[in-house]
Amino acid sequence: MNRIVERQDLSENVVRMVLEAPEIARKRRAGQFIILKIDEKGERIPLTIVDSDAREGTITIIFQVVGKTTAVLARMNAGESLSDVQGPLGNPTEIENFGRVVCIGGGVGVGVVYPLAAALKKAGNHVTSIIGARCKSLLILEQEMKQVSDRLIVATDDGSYGFHGFVSAVLQNMIDAGEKIDRVYAIGPVPMMRVLANLTRPYGIKTIVSLNPIMVDATGMCGACRVSVGGKTKFTCVDGPEFDGHEVDFNLLSNRLRMYSEQEKQTMEAHRCECHGK
Amino acid sequence: MENNSAKPKKEKIPRHAMPEQEPQLRIRNFDEVPLGYTEKLAIAEAQRCIQCKKPSCVAGCPVDVDIPGFVKLIAEGRFIEAALKLKETNALPAVCGRVCPQEDQCEKVCILAKKGEAVAIGRLERFAADFERNLGDVAVPARAKPNGKRVAVVGAGPSGLTIARDLVGYGYDVTIFEALHKPGGVLVYGIPEFRLPKAIVDAEVDYLRKLGVKIETNVVVGRMKTVDELFAEGYNAVYIAVGAGAPVFMDIPGENLSGIYSANEYLTRSNLMKAYRFPEYDTPIVRGRQVVVIGGGNVAMDSVRTALRLGAEAATIIYRRSEAEMPARAEEVHHAKEEGVKFQLLTNPVEYIGNEQGWVTGVRCQRMELGEPDASGRRRPVAVAGSEFVIPADTVVVAVGTMANPIVPATTPGLDTNPRGYILTKDDSGKTSREGVYAGGDIVTGSATVILAMGAGRQAARAIHEYLSRGEV
Repeated sequence: MNRIVERQDLSENVVRMVLEAPEIARKRRAGQFIILKIDEKGERIPLTIVDSDAREGTITIIFQVVGKTTAVLARMNAGESLSDVQGPLGNPTEIENFGRVVCIGGGVGVGVVYPLAAALKKAGNHVTSIIGARCKSLLILEQEMKQVSDRLIVATDDGSYGFHGFVSAVLQNMIDAGEKIDRVYAIGPVPMMRVLANLTRPYGIKTIVSLNPIMVDATGMCGACRVSVGGKTKFTCVDGPEFDGHEVDFNLLSNRLRMYSEQEKQTMEAHRCECHGK
Repeated sequence: MENNSAKPKKEKIPRHAMPEQEPQLRIRNFDEVPLGYTEKLAIAEAQRCIQCKKPSCVAGCPVDVDIPGFVKLIAEGRFIEAALKLKETNALPAVCGRVCPQEDQCEKVCILAKKGEAVAIGRLERFAADFERNLGDVAVPARAKPNGKRVAVVGAGPSGLTIARDLVGYGYDVTIFEALHKPGGVLVYGIPEFRLPKAIVDAEVDYLRKLGVKIETNVVVGRMKTVDELFAEGYNAVYIAVGAGAPVFMDIPGENLSGIYSANEYLTRSNLMKAYRFPEYDTPIVRGRQVVVIGGGNVAMDSVRTALRLGAEAATIIYRRSEAEMPARAEEVHHAKEEGVKFQLLTNPVEYIGNEQGWVTGVRCQRMELGEPDASGRRRPVAVAGSEFVIPADTVVVAVGTMANPIVPATTPGLDTNPRGYILTKDDSGKTSREGVYAGGDIVTGSATVILAMGAGRQAARAIHEYLSRGEV
């Protein structure tokens, strides 16, 4: 159970893993996530299910090394097992033929938007995908995104590849060019989602974001992941993870994401020392 | 008590106190507060029992423990037999001996309580169960002959563990599906180590496994598989005991500021995830210096005492009524007071104040006074106009109750619930509106006690057995 079947570096600090999880693979739908825990003393972290193979009984996750847990996970190899994988969690993405949709992914968020783009394409939408990263070497899933999109636009902050600038500028250009856009999916760092939601708001383009707050049980029991949407408190784990981006209080989300920054720094440093010692 | 061959006048012997860790010492650790009876104390206490012919204590026990029976065995020094006697009807005696509100159940109706103090039934239960476990050689009864039928239990809390134990006893093939990574439910995520050491829960769960109960963790029924899919997999009946797991917030301004927890989250981090041992364990928890806990129940007491042990300089309970109306056990309130918890009674929070980083810095409160009794029979708190004041706080734990978690009811067509989301049952048997689906514990009653959830499990076990035995020769 929970064996790592494949492990691959997608960029300097982004790793793709295929996990053995047959029941989750069979059941999961686009937009859902898992909670994993590496070992007895580990913490529970949520990660989007990027892809699944019901026949092989596997699911794919993609994560960026941001703290101790992801750092330890990144150093694990195929053949090793995780103590716990729980899922599928959260509501699946609402998938229908909306017409012309734009799927935007930033950084590791490309991994989260990929299953949405695939499902939307399959449902008959015309899918334009915009994927971005700070620089070319940090860009992930370009080929995969190309396969599930009618059109793919790549943007890098430093101009080392594709469009020179933010994904938001690409979307602004599309809007300025008078393109018909029925729906936008924006998934990535909080500042990116905030910018995109602000951008589409005046045009009245429905914009769905997928939120990544801190979670513990992820079944609606603890409320760690509460966010404010349209002035109402929602639990991301059971009410989300996708919400109307125009209604989300991104300030609150950023603040709550920083709640343990000191402790995270502490464990990350301790972990680095441990790794150097080896 | 050494020379008691002649019949002593038992009612004259006072109830024996249980040794405890000193308050000043225990607020610096998470070790259990009461230390348990010694063999000598246990025998002495057990000898106080007058062995009533018609024991009212048994009627006061939701799982029908043969109280005079096991107490007599302790009095005779037959501790292992006492433990076995307990386990005939109680799947979790070491747990119940610690967390049952005996003062409202068996001990309340003890005949000795009429003129003095009840036999310390809970302490004796704990003693016998601990004695057997500490010996390390727990006897496992022979397995019942398999009857070829399968029952799925949803939730490995007190109710689910109890019904599983009873059903394997009848010969069923029982699998418990637990959403979290560890079985035990509230016993592992909710009740702190200093009240219920997790090693004890682990040992009780291990014992159930030895009896043949199968437990699958990380299975969120309703997400990974639905109740209907369990039937499709070949289960003949399903028991739903998912608890009242969703936290209640008060919906007052500032409640989502950083540093504000639900009691569920605060306790889950500390207990299940062992955040009190961070960074040895990876899950962090805020070690607040000025901690305010909202609420007056056992969960509030657990939270505030956890805060002290995490190093709080000030730990304060805010409760809107007076001490007399507090739902917490008197023992918990007493322990909290001994440990230095401040009680800000007749006070209600109206708003949380935060700093620029969005971190809570204070609780704006108003004073309350008690008016006429409300539906619960307790006097209703009424706000005193113009009485607002601020209590500084860098951490707040909201412990004002829980509500039904909708995941299972929402994914089980035909399963009737009340308007608050609790599953409706036909009678005490736990039978629901769905054929073959039974439910019990907090998902039926709303937040109650461990032992009531266990009692519901026992009754549903009998009902399921009856249901699945029907039509057989």
